[in-house]
Parts: sequence; C-alpha cells; structure tokens
Amino acid sequence: IHFVLLISRQGKVRLTKWYSPYTQKERTKIMVMNAQLAQVIRELSGLILARGPKLCNFVEWRDLKVVYRRYASLYFCMCISQDDNELEILEVIHYYVEILDRYFGSVCELDLIFNFHKAYYILDELLIAGELQESSKKTVARLIAAQDSLIETAKEQSGSISNMIVQATK
Amino acid sequence: MNPFSSGTRLRDMIRAIRACKTAAEERGVVRKECAAIRAAVSENDQEYRHRNLAKLMFIHMLGYPTHFGQMECLKLIASAGFPEKRIGYLGLMLLLDERQEVLMLVTNSLKQDLNHTNQYIVGLALCALGNICSAEMARDLAPEVERLLQFRDPNIRKKAALCSVRIIKKVPDLAENFTNPAASLLKEKHHGVLITGLQLCTDLCKASEEALEYFRKKCTEGVVKVLKDIANSPYAPEYDISGIPDPFLHIRLLRFLRILGQGDADASDCMNDILAQVATKTESNKNAGNAILYECVETIMSIEDNSGLRVLAINILGRFLSNRDNNIRYVALNMLMKAITVDTQAVQRHRVTILECVKDSDASIRKRALELVFLLVNDSNVKPLTKELIEYLEVSDQEFKGDLTAKICSIVEKFSTDKIWYIDQMLKVLSEAGNFVKDEVWHGLIVVISNASNLHGYTVRSLCKAVQTSGEQESLVRVAVWCIGEYAEMLVNNTGMLDVEEPITVTESDAVDVIEIAIKRHTLDLTTRAMCLSALLKLSSRFPACSQRIKDIIIQYKGSLVLELQQRSIEFNSIIEKHQNIRSLLVERMPVLDEATYNGRRAGSLPATTSASNGAALNLPNGVAKPAAVPLVDLLDLSSDVVPAPSPSGGDFLQDLLGVDLSPASSQSGTIQAQKNGTDVLLDLLSIGTPPAQSTSSTSDILSSIQDNKTSSGMLERLSSPSGLSAQASSPAGGSPIMDLLDGFAPNLATQEDNGPAYPSLVAFESSSLKLMFNFSKSPGNPQATTIQATFTNKSTNIFTDFIFQAAVPKFLQLHLDPASSNTLPASGNGSITQDLRVTNSQHGKKSLVMRIRISYKVNSKDVLEEGQINNFPRGL
Repeated sequence: IHFVLLISRQGKVRLTKWYSPYTQKERTKIMVMNAQLAQVIRELSGLILARGPKLCNFVEWRDLKVVYRRYASLYFCMCISQDDNELEILEVIHYYVEILDRYFGSVCELDLIFNFHKAYYILDELLIAGELQESSKKTVARLIAAQDSLIETAKEQSGSISNMIVQATK
Repeated sequence: MNPFSSGTRLRDMIRAIRACKTAAEERGVVRKECAAIRAAVSENDQEYRHRNLAKLMFIHMLGYPTHFGQMECLKLIASAGFPEKRIGYLGLMLLLDERQEVLMLVTNSLKQDLNHTNQYIVGLALCALGNICSAEMARDLAPEVERLLQFRDPNIRKKAALCSVRIIKKVPDLAENFTNPAASLLKEKHHGVLITGLQLCTDLCKASEEALEYFRKKCTEGVVKVLKDIANSPYAPEYDISGIPDPFLHIRLLRFLRILGQGDADASDCMNDILAQVATKTESNKNAGNAILYECVETIMSIEDNSGLRVLAINILGRFLSNRDNNIRYVALNMLMKAITVDTQAVQRHRVTILECVKDSDASIRKRALELVFLLVNDSNVKPLTKELIEYLEVSDQEFKGDLTAKICSIVEKFSTDKIWYIDQMLKVLSEAGNFVKDEVWHGLIVVISNASNLHGYTVRSLCKAVQTSGEQESLVRVAVWCIGEYAEMLVNNTGMLDVEEPITVTESDAVDVIEIAIKRHTLDLTTRAMCLSALLKLSSRFPACSQRIKDIIIQYKGSLVLELQQRSIEFNSIIEKHQNIRSLLVERMPVLDEATYNGRRAGSLPATTSASNGAALNLPNGVAKPAAVPLVDLLDLSSDVVPAPSPSGGDFLQDLLGVDLSPASSQSGTIQAQKNGTDVLLDLLSIGTPPAQSTSSTSDILSSIQDNKTSSGMLERLSSPSGLSAQASSPAGGSPIMDLLDGFAPNLATQEDNGPAYPSLVAFESSSLKLMFNFSKSPGNPQATTIQATFTNKSTNIFTDFIFQAAVPKFLQLHLDPASSNTLPASGNGSITQDLRVTNSQHGKKSLVMRIRISYKVNSKDVLEEGQINNFPRGL
C-alpha cells in the first residue's frame, strides 16, 4: 500500500497516510511537498467522486491503482501497485472500518474529524510500512485500549501532582 | 506567561474551522491558530505542546504549511512520558517524511525508545521507523530491529518484522542479516507474527537471491503445512471473515509460495496438492473468498508448469469473468492479461466475453478489456475484432475514444494483410474519431496510400464521400485534402474503378467545393488550412477551368492574420497569376513515399541515407527515389514548430538548401552554378518532388526560362532571401522539415564545400586559458565507431605541466583513450598536445554523442582543474 486516504463526499480530506515518498526528486521543502500532496488529493478526489454507484472499486491512476470503498459519507481509498491483490485491499479497508466502528461505537464522520488522531493510532496498529500487521480485530482493540489506559493513568498522575502543587502553594 | 498559549482546545479549534463558511474565513482562523502555536513554540511552552501538535496535524491535513512544528515533534518524542511520545511520533509520521534532513535528528531518540522497558513505547518507535525511515536511519538502527524480532511479546515481533521490510527496501544489502530471524518467524502460531513474517520473507526473496534459495530449501514444506492447517481449520471467530479463516494469512501464504515455486520444479511440485485444494474448496460467493481464489490463480500461473492446475485456474477466471460483480470481472481481466503468456488458447476461448467488457459502462473494466483484446488479436481473428471495435467506436464515450482509436489504429497497422482493407479501416476510424487520432497515424496512412498506386482512385473517392459526412474530423479532412490535391483527376474521371465501388459523379467544381468548405470551417486548425491552400494550388493546375475560382479563394487569405496562410496565399496567387509556365511543373504529383524510410523515422532513428557515410550517398544512382523520399516524408510533418533559418546570408542559405536534394547536389556540385542551385532549391521548396533524375533534367529547362525572365529570378531571390520566412512558408512543407534535413545532412555539406573530413571540427571546450579542439574521423564499414583527435592549446602565458585529460560518457557509449602525445603544454599556443579518443556509439543513429570532460594540470606547481560537458557533437556520429 502506497498511501491511505479518507475523503468526504464533499472532497474534504479526513485522513492521509503516506507510505511512499511522493516525488522522485528528493525535495526537502515541506511547502513544496504540501502543494504536491494537495494536488494528488485533489486529483484523486475528482477522479473518485465523479464515479457513479455500482462501478468497480478500482481506479487506475498513473501506474498505480486506487482501491476505494464508500461508507456513508466517507470514501476510504488505498493506493496499491499494479500487481497487488485488489480484492484483498477491499477486505483491508472493511477490516479497518470495522475496528473503527467497534472503537467509536458505530462510527460516523464527525468521530473521525474530532478524534482524527485516534483514527491514526488505530491505522498504525493495522499497517506499518504499508503492510498489514495484524489480522485479529480483538488484538488491535486490546492494544489500543492498553495504550489509551496508559494515557489515562498519566493524566491522573499529572492531575494529582498539579493538585498537590496547588495545595502546597496554598 | 504567553496569553495565547493556553489558547483554545483542539476540539474548539476544529469546531471553529468547521463553522467557517468561506475559505477566507477558514484561512483567518488557521492563521490565528498558527500564530498562537508559533508563539508557544518560541516560548518553549511545555504544558500545551502536545495539544499544539495535535492542532498542527489537523491544520496540516487541511493543506496549510506546518514546517515550524517539526522541531516540536522531536521535543515531544524526547520527553519521558508515553502520552507525549505517542503524539510526538504521530506528528513525526505526519509532518515529516524521509526526505527531510530534520529526520536525522530523531535517530538517537528512536534508538533509546527501541531499547525502552515499556513495550508500547518500543512499539511506537518501531511503527515510526517502519513508516518513514530513510536509508541512513535504516543502517543505523537495523541491529536494534533485528534484535526485536526475537522480543518476548509477539506484538513487538510483528512490528519489528514490518520495520525490517522497510529497512530492506531502503538498504537491500542488509537482507542477509535478516534471513535467519525471518525464517524462525514462520514457525510461529500467532497470526500477526505469521503474516508479517511472511511479508518479510517475501521481501527478502525479492532483495536477495541467496535468501530465496535459503527459504526454498528450508521453508517450503513448512509454509505448505501452515496453509494446509489454516485452510482446514475449524471456525475461529477471531480471524473469521465471512466464513473463511483469516483470508489475509491465506493470501500471504499463497504469495510466498508463488515466489518459492517460480522457476523451481521441486518446490512447485511440493505445493501442487494444497493449491488444488484451495482452488477447489474455497467459497466464491463472498469477496474474501474471491480474493483468495484470485491470489491462488496467480500463484498457479506463476509456478512451474502443471497443466491440470492451469485448467483449474483458467476455469476460475472464466467464472470470474461471468460474475455480475464488476470488481470480480476487473480482476479476471487483469489476470487474463498475465495468463495470456502462459496459455493463449485458453484465453482466446473467452474472447467474446472480453469483447463485451470493452463495451462496459465501467471505465476501469473497459480499459483493462481493451488492453486484453489488443493482446488477443492475431491474423485469424483480426478482421472480425476490428469490425466489432470500429462499430463500438461509434457509440463509445468521448473520453474513451482516444484510447480506443489508438488501439484500433495499431491493430490495423500491425495486422493489415492487404492495403485496401487497411485503407478502408483507417477511413472508418478517421470518419468516426478523426479528432482523436495521433499525427503519425494519418501520416502513416498517407504513406500507404501513396504506395498503393492501384488504389489512388478508390481512396480519393472514398475520402471525398467520407469528408462530406464527417467534415468535422480534423485528420480525415487533412488526408482527404492531401489526396484530392494529389489525385484530383482520378476523383473526377472515376479512374481505376474497383468492382466493389459504386460509381459517383464528382465534377471539378465539386472537388474545389470540398476544399473550400474545409478551409472555411473555422473549427479546423492552421495546418489543415495551410494544406488546403496547397491542395487548391494543385487543383488550379489540374483543373484549368476552375483556376479563376481557386484564385479567388486563395486571395481571400492574403490578409490573413496568420503569417503562414498569408504568405502561402500571396505566393500561390502570384504563381497562378504570373507563372503559368512553371505552375504545372511546380505542382506535379508527389513521388511515391518510401515506407521503409518513414517507418525508420517513426522508430526514432534517422533514415539510413543520412546516417550512412558520405560515400554511400554518392553511390546512389541518380533517379533513385530514395533520397528524394526523405524530404518528402518530412513534408508530411507539418505540425512541427517553425525553426528560424540558420544562416544569415543568402548565398550560404542556397548552399544549405542544396543539402535538401541529396544526390544531384553531391554528384554535380562542382559543375552546377549558383543560379542553377537556386532553381533546384526553388523546386524543392515547392515540393515538386520529382525524382532527382527528372528534376535535374527539368532544371536546365527552367534555368533557361528563368534567365529570360527577370520576374522569375526576382521571385527566386525572394525565395532564397535570408529570412527564414520564405523557406518556411513557400512550400506545403513549411520550414521545419528543411531545417530537419539541414541537420541531418550537415556532414555532407561540409564535404562538398572543402573536401575536408566528413564531420566538421568542433571547439569542444574553451576557457580563458585552454582550448580543446575535436577532429572526427570514421572508419568505413563501422558507423558506430568514431575516432576523435583531441588537440589542446594553451592560451595563457604559463607552461602547463602534469597535464591530464579525462572523459566520461553515458552507458550507451564506449570510450577508449589513447595515451596523450605529451603531458606538458607550452605557453601561448606554441605547440599543442594531441590525444586520440575512440568512441563506439551503441545507439548509433538514435542518440548523439555526449561527453563530460575534466582536465587537470599544474601552473607554477599549482593544481588547476577544469571541467565541462560537450553536447554539441555533430549529429550522426
């Protein structure tokens, strides 16, 4: 997988994850990169949004393929090489959506907007270097829950420390 | 404390941005937030750093610049707590990528985190490394990752495996270190570790031949057994997807088997049974099952031959192809493309279905199917297939027509057995989709028409009919206009009637009508109209009765704002008015265009006549059409841009133009007077295109007439005047083809002028202190090899010592340097160093020489280094 994109029906980008660098030339300026990313995104959203229903979920794009699947108002897109298995990627997308759904409890676009970082965390438990790392939803859910609880404990601790400071300074 | 730094919460910022109604409003909010974050960054505020970074990530996603947040990521990663690190790594992966140098700064933090006691922190570091590491980081951190492949927690092992995948992609040399630990991952039970381990092994095999051999020997049986177990495993809710246990694992196992089996009969043998089982037993009513079948088919097609399995695989594809789901049909077409190399017959059986797919409403399917049909075409089925495709062309979507016409044209060209069929099909394509046809296609068509002398009449009549119904198709109009200009009398007289034809009556003025309509149709472009003018000039000679009417049409363009049209109009008008006596000669029919030359040019190489040595060109007998065909093929190339004439003086220009007409010029250059040369030029410019033998004989006639006729030589002067315009506009050819030719023939001209070497000498390099000349010579019979004599002269007043010349060339060239005549170069040009270079050009005729040079020497025992690149070698070396 070269990249993952979530695009809303209005063409707004909700999540981007790049596993391959996106220009041949090694450009260091992030400005340039941003512009290019935006172009890739625009190009793609135009391409996908224009397609009606019932068509196949694959779009050939440059020498790659974009596999997309629509869930309510969101398009989940993953870009793969010519010789990758398109049908499998459809399953990967669905698998990601199911995990999101389980995590947020019937996920909607707003969840992903306000908790975009969580969507990223979950994606990172699913894919590394553009390859699938786990096929068990349960394991992913368990790992995410464990890390979330680490955060909670840290918050409580810092909360209690700042309380102590507040009390000590009284 | 900075009053902004407490700022808004992430949630509030997102809300504020979402509430914006216009883009300007949104930019305002973002600008304010960014200002606050920058302030916090410069204050080195710690409390809200993670929140600010989260905001920045959101802003980044909206497409705004966020580079100022990069260092914040690094700071968060370097802090001790898990929450800070988590958001820091996320920011790192989002805001940076491997191309940023800032990334190097994180190497140390990564190294520490990879050794952290908290396994979740190790996990974060592995994830970041796997997603964005650069080659340097991969090298630095590979030992840590390798160690983590044996970590106690499987969740770390799987992350480390994928991280290794990235490392090996970045630095393939490291593959060897990972081979053993990767093999041991294949023995695990944990699905995550198995999946990632298989992925790692697959990538290792791609990176290293030894790894592939190793896995083939040690792991084939094990992997087959794992696949057997998983395929037969009972229902396991944790991994189940629509009734299939862990399709992801299935797919990766099949993919790895494919790599092991490819090119190895024993390994392939070992996996036959399980592949057959997967191919027959997998449920195909859900996507997950089909994904496995698809992968299985690909594996069967790739491993060593087993005809039973292949039949099974092709049958699966047949089932896919008739599936109602477009996704399945798409992958079936995709796979049939690969299968065609293995078993063409089996794929041919599905031809009808595939042809149906070309007409599908789904663009992706159409595209795949069209490519497949293209591969399926052979001599026996080309006619029905072309018929189907052309019929479909009439109803296809606009955006698909381009692809479709390109494919039909190349099918027709590749498989045409008889010319009439070729011409018929091309006319149909041009009538349907002439606006989508590439230039070389209609150029090619004209070449074929020109060669089919028995079909001239038939073709021009068919074109005339076609253009009346499809006059908006640009390239159809161009071909029609050209043919009417050439073969007008056949149109009117019904010459060369074929049995299949119905006779039509076209009067002379009808023919002029066709062209007049074309020239006045304003959707058509400059080239077409310019061609129309030339055709009209030809008609005026062929149909004297219409001459006045044609003159009226031509004269309308004398005020054209387009220079090309204006000039043609004025010149053609003056030919019609004042030069009746030479008109018929000027517009004589073009000689047959040489197909071999044209095809050669299309293939990107210069025609043989130009690249062959000078001697060969001289040996061509006069009257052979070959040399003439070169300029004529160029004449078709109307679309190229106008190139200014290279030489400033009229006399030189004439000399240059001489090169256009190769054989008479080179055989008689000594005797023909300048005046006569000029006439040749005139003839060439106007593309009379008579074969050279004829032109030389006719030249003398005209020569005498010109000497009597002052106006005529006046015109001649104008034609040969230094401005590039006359060359550009006075012939249907336009200026550029002649310029092309000039390039191609430059070496010949050099020979004619001073009997010197075949290629002019070249100042290859010149600096304030040094000059380097190249002299070229070629040994006959070996056009690829060139000997270059390099002569160095010292322009300064100091002696150069320890003089060394080095040169480098690209891969398609081979270079051999002979020893130099000396390593000391006397001052002020009092002597020189010579050195021979022998170059062999493996792309002779396609690519010109290029060379990078470096010259080092000592002046007053101080080192001097000069470098340069030479791109201006004469063509044809």
